[in-house]
Amino acid sequence: MKHIAQLDVGESAILGEMKLPSEASARLEEMGFLPGAAIRLVRRAPLGCPIEFEVAGTRLAIRGVDAANIFVG
Amino acid sequence: MDSERLFALVGNPNIGKTTLFNALTGLRQKVANYPGVTVEKKEGTARDRHGNQFKVLDLPGAYSLEAKSPDEEVTRAVLHGERADTPQPDVVVCLVDASNLERHFYLATQVMELGLPTIVVLNKTDEAKKLGVTVTAKKLEERLGVPVVPMQANERVGMEALQVALSSKELAKPQWRPVEGNVAARYEAIDQLLSGAVARSEQERLTPTDKWDQVLVHPVWGWVVLLSILAGLFYAIFSLSGYPMGWIDAGFAWLGKCVEVRMQEGDFRSLITEGIIGGVGGVVIFLPQILMLFFFISLMENTGYLARVSFMMDRLMSGVGLNGKAFIPVLSSYACAIPGIMATRTMESPRDRLITILVAPITSCSARLPVYLMLIALMLPLGTATQKAFVMWGLYILSILGVYFFAWIFNRMLKKTETTLTILELPTYQRPSWREIGLQILDRGKVFVRRAGTVILGLSILLWALTTYPKSDSEDGRDQLAHSAAGRLGKAIEPVIEPLGYDWKMGVGLVASFAAREVFVSTMSIIYLGEDKTGDEEEEGKGTIRKRMAAEKRADGQPAYSLRTCLSLLVFYVFAMQCLSTVAVTRRETNSWRWAIFQVVYLTGFAYLAAFATYQISGFFIA
Repeated sequence: MKHIAQLDVGESAILGEMKLPSEASARLEEMGFLPGAAIRLVRRAPLGCPIEFEVAGTRLAIRGVDAANIFVG
Repeated sequence: MDSERLFALVGNPNIGKTTLFNALTGLRQKVANYPGVTVEKKEGTARDRHGNQFKVLDLPGAYSLEAKSPDEEVTRAVLHGERADTPQPDVVVCLVDASNLERHFYLATQVMELGLPTIVVLNKTDEAKKLGVTVTAKKLEERLGVPVVPMQANERVGMEALQVALSSKELAKPQWRPVEGNVAARYEAIDQLLSGAVARSEQERLTPTDKWDQVLVHPVWGWVVLLSILAGLFYAIFSLSGYPMGWIDAGFAWLGKCVEVRMQEGDFRSLITEGIIGGVGGVVIFLPQILMLFFFISLMENTGYLARVSFMMDRLMSGVGLNGKAFIPVLSSYACAIPGIMATRTMESPRDRLITILVAPITSCSARLPVYLMLIALMLPLGTATQKAFVMWGLYILSILGVYFFAWIFNRMLKKTETTLTILELPTYQRPSWREIGLQILDRGKVFVRRAGTVILGLSILLWALTTYPKSDSEDGRDQLAHSAAGRLGKAIEPVIEPLGYDWKMGVGLVASFAAREVFVSTMSIIYLGEDKTGDEEEEGKGTIRKRMAAEKRADGQPAYSLRTCLSLLVFYVFAMQCLSTVAVTRRETNSWRWAIFQVVYLTGFAYLAAFATYQISGFFIA
């Protein structure tokens, strides 16, 4: 299954399942990371990690290892 | 006074709550900690249009009322009226970002479910317009039954309308049916609330933030900009702040002289001039550096650049278990650990914050420079400037390794209590608000002087007493110091410090510089010259004292300040925790003496071991 860290820069996708500890995924959900929401990979940091995403009008960066547990629907 | 209404500002981090708070209260605000936690409590007063005074409380930024950080827990508890130290607010002012209402209403709808009278502030309407988002405030007002005020708090646009709303006697409770169910259900309810009230132009556009980011986090230009900013910062701290520091130094010297002339010679005069004026001067002298650092940090935070620095640096910090937000605090500590430790307030995770505070004093702060310079000159009497610079460079490398090593250790040692992942929010760039930056610097300066100042004053008086009593009959300062409690302490610890290559005179220097490391230089001056010559006859004094120290012999005829001893002393000064201001600030920022004392013990203990190893191991290579 494809995860969001595998998106290309500028590529959009629809969010699917998240395999993260419940507290962590709860925080992301509150910030708009819900299944079915559109997500776009904005850019990677100059050193490759973290990765900046746009979801529901919010820009935020998470680390590659965490992004690899968030899958596209 | 009790009839004053309490308005609480609630919103996500970076929404502009503090800007609005400052706009409302101006200088009529006070900052303290919520008892028992290290969360900042900002409270102030303002007047409404009828001249009635009311109180404003700037609650810590939160994404949700299901608290996941200490900040959010305070916000949740205050809004529920569960904190004994803070009454439940009479009115809640909910700030939401007009360009991103869905997410901001996540918190706002939770707050509205508390059933308190509410005002909604639709902030950043200018940015929303740039993004092609238009919000019909009237429609939201009708649906919620509470005032919805469009604003640009940073430009003070909409203040008038907010004042009207705040002045209303009968503020309504929102008409909002509590959401049952999970996160998705709440987002659905928010969608319904916003449908028809928010219009979005579908056209894709490059926002100003996108354009800035193309340069500021560019793989090449991003680093160029960051390094240039840091170079400017360090130039300002080490070079420009020299002027005000000189004035402060001269001011306190003048004050001391004034007292000296007007008072009779004796212990009391000495207490005032050396203990009190000297002690306070020793703290205040750091203010220019501290304020300058805070200016840079506030500026970076205010514009949104700080988040980009964290974004770029996260990779380098994650290896030892820190996140990108630790970078600026650690870096600031290279000038002075005090603002560095205070800057850890931008870190949400208490664990990351604690680790950063614990390692911050290992950075080679500017107070170590005079000691380094003195010892390097003694160590390499015939050395070239390049050789000396090389040693200095080595000391900085050693301190960087120390920071990484101990961060790594603490990361393994401290239990992971949080399962939250690192999320860096990247806010849109803003023009800096000088007013807000000014208020923040003022606030930080006050905190430093008040908190650190009181502890230091007490301890510098203690230190003065240690070097003054018991009295000897001799006129010579050298004999007096040897006779004093500090001198005896130096002799008493001689067996302990002998394996490091030190004699009792260096022991006195170590004891005296426990409060502030740069005191080592002036103490050495008293020990070897009988008086402090680091002031007036500075150049001449430096030369003489170095000659005396270089000529100093051990019992066996070897020079006291041998290469090995100097190396060992340098290593000791890299690691030892010899700064009472830092102890005081760590105590305040961790809200516990336990961590402050732990920091002193682990750093000084490690300094001892490292200096011991340096002296003993170097014995195999150097005679």
